[in-house]
Amino acid sequence: MLIKLSGGTVYDPVHGINGEQRDIYIRDGQITRRPAATVDIDKTYDLKGKVIMAGAIDMHTHIGGGKVNIARMMLPEDHRQDLVSRTPLTRSGCGHAAPSTLTAGYRYVEMGYTACFEPAMLPANARQAHMEMADTPIVDKGAYAMLGSDDFFLRMLAAKKDQEAIADYVGWIINATQALAIKVVNPGGISAFKFNQRKLDLDEKNEYYGTTPRDIIKCLAQAVNELGVPHPLHVHGCNLGVPGNVQTTLDTINSVEGLPLHLTHTQFHSYGTEGDRQFSSGAAEIAEAVNANPNISIDVGQVLFGQTVTASGDTMRQYAGHWHAHPKKWVLMDIECDAGCGVVPFKYRDKNFVNALQWAIGLELFLLVNDPWRIFLTTDHPNGAPFTSYPHLIRLLMDRSFRNDMLSTINKDAAASSVLGSIDREYSLYDIAIMTRAAPARSLGLKNRGHLGSGSIADITVYNNVKNREKMFEKPLYVFKDGELVAKNGKIVKVTTGGTHVLKPEYDKSIERSLKSYFDKYQTIKLGNFKIDDDEIVEHGNGHIIVQPCT
Amino acid sequence: MKTKQSLAKVQKDVPCPFCSIHCDDLVIQNQSGKLKVKENGCPISVERFERPLAQSTPTINGKTATLDEAISQAAGIFKKSVEPLIAGLGTDVGGMRSVMELADKTGSIIDHMHHDGAARNMLVLQDLGWVMTTMGEIRNRAELIIFAGTDASNYPRFYERVVWNEQSMFNYDTAKRDIVYIGENLDTSRGKSPTGKKPTHLKCPQDEIGEVISVLHALVGGNKTQKKDEIAGIKMAHLEKLAEQMKNTRYGVIVWAPGELDFPHAELTIQNFCEITKYLNRETRFAGFFLGGNDGGMSANNVSAWQSGFPLRVNFSKGYPEHDLQKYATANVLKNKEADALLWISSFNPEIKPPHAKIPTIVLATADTKLDFKPDVFIPVSTPGVDHSGQMIRTDSVVSLPLKQLRNSDNPSVKEVVRRIAELV
Ligand SMILES: [Zn+2]
Repeated sequence: MLIKLSGGTVYDPVHGINGEQRDIYIRDGQITRRPAATVDIDKTYDLKGKVIMAGAIDMHTHIGGGKVNIARMMLPEDHRQDLVSRTPLTRSGCGHAAPSTLTAGYRYVEMGYTACFEPAMLPANARQAHMEMADTPIVDKGAYAMLGSDDFFLRMLAAKKDQEAIADYVGWIINATQALAIKVVNPGGISAFKFNQRKLDLDEKNEYYGTTPRDIIKCLAQAVNELGVPHPLHVHGCNLGVPGNVQTTLDTINSVEGLPLHLTHTQFHSYGTEGDRQFSSGAAEIAEAVNANPNISIDVGQVLFGQTVTASGDTMRQYAGHWHAHPKKWVLMDIECDAGCGVVPFKYRDKNFVNALQWAIGLELFLLVNDPWRIFLTTDHPNGAPFTSYPHLIRLLMDRSFRNDMLSTINKDAAASSVLGSIDREYSLYDIAIMTRAAPARSLGLKNRGHLGSGSIADITVYNNVKNREKMFEKPLYVFKDGELVAKNGKIVKVTTGGTHVLKPEYDKSIERSLKSYFDKYQTIKLGNFKIDDDEIVEHGNGHIIVQPCT
Repeated sequence: MKTKQSLAKVQKDVPCPFCSIHCDDLVIQNQSGKLKVKENGCPISVERFERPLAQSTPTINGKTATLDEAISQAAGIFKKSVEPLIAGLGTDVGGMRSVMELADKTGSIIDHMHHDGAARNMLVLQDLGWVMTTMGEIRNRAELIIFAGTDASNYPRFYERVVWNEQSMFNYDTAKRDIVYIGENLDTSRGKSPTGKKPTHLKCPQDEIGEVISVLHALVGGNKTQKKDEIAGIKMAHLEKLAEQMKNTRYGVIVWAPGELDFPHAELTIQNFCEITKYLNRETRFAGFFLGGNDGGMSANNVSAWQSGFPLRVNFSKGYPEHDLQKYATANVLKNKEADALLWISSFNPEIKPPHAKIPTIVLATADTKLDFKPDVFIPVSTPGVDHSGQMIRTDSVVSLPLKQLRNSDNPSVKEVVRRIAELV
C-alpha cells in the first residue's frame, strides 16, 4: 500500500521545514522517499491548504496506574457528566478528569496525538500501569519509573554505596519495570512523610536516612546519564505549590552542575511570596534560568479553569493540599517501601486570586522561555487540567488578542500582578510543531518519531488551517498512526493497538544478589515476580514492545 | 488455542491466586499432573492446589456438548437477551478484560460475587476518601495494628508475612508490636507475638464497632465525651488507653475486612475507620488497610474502573456505562427480575455455587463445581495461576502478581471462552 499526501503545508522542525508545500509518501507504516514515476500510488489525499505535522506526543500525562484508577473509582459524579457511548467501532467509557483507558486513547487520537507517556509509574505498581496502558488503544505509550523515595535506593545512598552500584540499580529498575525513563518526585520526601516529616527543602535531611533532595537529584541524574537513558532525569521538585518555591527551583537547576535535567510541571514550582497575599509569579526568574542553562528542559503543567483531580506521588504535598479538596474527599497512600500517592479533586476558579495567578504563571513560562525545544506543552493531565483542554491552551499561546481577552476575565488582582498582558509573543505553527512533536521525541530518544523524514514511522496529523487555533487543533482532518488512517474530522475511523516504548540499558547483573536478599527480607513480593516480562505486555494481543536504544 | 506446555516438575516462587493477599513464595511440585504444595502453603492453598484436575465436558441443558457448541449456544442466549447479567466474575485480569468486552457489546450488567463487602468500601471512597497503606509498609513500619471486626483468619498467612515477620527495615522489633482487636467472635490467638506478648481484645458487637471508633475519635481529638463508664460493653478506661496509644504511635494501622462487617449500613462503620485515620494524620502517621476481594474481586473492580471509568456494579444497557453500587447488585437485579439472562463465572473455588435464577443461565466454573440445577450451558474452565498464566491484583490494589501455569488442563480459560462468546454476539 502506497499512500500519497499531496500538496500539504508541512511543518517538520527536525528537517527545518517551516510551512513548505511538500508531498509525503507512506508505505508499510513508514514515511518513504518519493517513489519512481512508474510506481502506482494506491491512494492520494489532496491536502492543498492543509497543515501537516507529525503525530503529537504528550510526554507527561497521567493515563495509567494505581493513582489514576483510584481517581476513577472516587469520582463517579465527574464521569457521569461525560459518558461516552459505544459505537460499532469503539467501546463505551467516560471522559473528563480521569477518563477510562479506552476513551483516553480515542480522545488523544481524535486530537492528533499518537503517543503519550505516563510519567509516574511506581515500580511496585508497574504491572498494573502497563495493563492500563495496554488497554489504551491506538496511541503508543511509555512510562517513567519513579525512584528517589524507595528504601532500596535510600539505603544505598545513605550507606554511601558507589555511584556505579546505584546506576546498576537504576538500570535494573528500568529493565524490570519496562520503563523508558526515570522520574523523581519530591526527592526523598515521600519517604520522609512516612516518618511524619511534613516539609523537605532541597538541603533538608530525611530524618531517618540523612539524605537530602539535592543528594538524590544529583545521584539519580548522574545514574541516568551514565546508563545512557536518552531522557534526562525527570524531576518533580521539592515544595510543590509552596509560595516561595521559585528559589527551590532555581537551586535545583544549579544543583546538577550542568547535567541534563527535566523539570516537570514547572508552573507549580514557580511561586514567589511578594504582594499583599504573599503569592506572586516567579515565572520570569525561572524562564531566565532555563534560558541560561541549556542542560535544562521543562514542561509547564498549565492550569486551566474548571473541575479536575490532582493525582501525584507526592504524598507530603498532597496531604498539605487536601484542605482544598473539591469535592471534599481525598485519598492518600503509603506504598510498599517504594513510594506513595495522593489523589485530591480540585476546582480551579478564574475568580480566585491564587488559581488565576497559577493560570497566568503557566502562560508566562510558555512565553518567556525562548527555546521551544526545551519547553513542552502539558497540563500535567489531570493535575492542571484534563488533556482535552490542549487545543484551548494552544490558542492561548498562538493568539495574543484571545489571550488578553481571557486575561481580562480572571481575578483582577491576579491579572494586575502578572506581566502576561505586556507579552507580545505568539507561538507560530512551527513553534507548536517543535514543542508538541519534535522536541518531546528528541528528549525521549524516539529517533523515528516526531518528524516526517523518510524512514520515520508514519504517525501524521493533518489539520484544516483555521484561524481559530482551538478549533483547528481540536478536530484534525486526518490522523495516521503507523501509516493507517485512524481518525477523520476528529472521529475515530479505525481502532488499532499501540506499542509500548521501553529501554533496556546495560547494567551489572550482580546487583540482583543484594536485591534478592532485600526483597526476601523486607518486601512482600519475590524479586522474580516483581519483574515484568515482555510476554506479559504482549500476550493479551493489545500491544507490542518498541525497544529504544540507549545513547 | 491451547498448547501443551512442558512444565517444570517443581516451580518456585509460585503466586497463589486463592486469596487476595496473594502469597508468591509457594513451592509446588507437579507429579504427572498432580500438584503438591511443598513449601509455604496454608490450609486454603494446599486444599485448592492439591485438588485433582477434574474431568468434565461442556453441557447444553445437561447434555454433553462440544466446546464450540456450548459457546455458540451461550452466544445465542446473549443475542436473545435484552438485559443480561454477568456475575460471579471469579477470574483474573485477562478474563475480566474479555468480560468487559462482552458486557459492553451486549449491554450487560456486571457484578462480582463478593462485592457486597467491596461496595461498603466504595461508598466510603466515593463519599470521603481515605488514607491507606499496603502490606509492605505494614511489614516494615507498623507499631500498632488494630483489627476492627476481623481476625484476618480468612487470610491465613497475613500474620506470618506482615505482622510477625522477623526482619523489618527500620530497626524495629516486630515482636513488640501492639495488637488490638475490636469486635466479637474473633480468634485473637494469632495476635500473640512470638515472644508471648498478648494482644488487647476490646469485645463488642460487630455493629457497635462504629460507635466505639467514634468515641475513640472524640478521645484522640481531646473532646470530653459522655461521662459513661462503658461504650458498647467496653470500659471507658480501655478506650482512653487505646486513644493514647493511637496518638503516640509513629505508624498505626487499622485493618478491616469489609465482607465481614455484614450488618445494615456497615459502610458507616468503615467511614468511622477512615475519619479517625484521617484525623490522626494531622499529628502522626496512621493508615487503613482492608482485606477483601477474594476470587478475583480486586482484579475485577480495578479492570472495571480502568476500562469503563467506574468501579464494579456497572450497567452497559444504555450503550454507555452506568454505575450504581446498590441497584446493580446481583441479588437486587435478580430479585427485581431486571435481567433476562445470566452468565456466572467462578474459576477458583468449586464450593461457590451460582444463583438459581430461573432465567437462561450460562455457567463457567471449575470442572468439579457441583451445581444444584441444570444450567442452559455449562462450560468447565481452567483456573488462573494453576492451569494457565495471567495476572491478579492484590487486596491493597497496588501490587499485582504474575500467575504461573503449573499443569496442563484441557479446559479453556475464562478469557478465551468469554472472548469467543463476544465474537459471536
Ligand atoms: Zn505529573
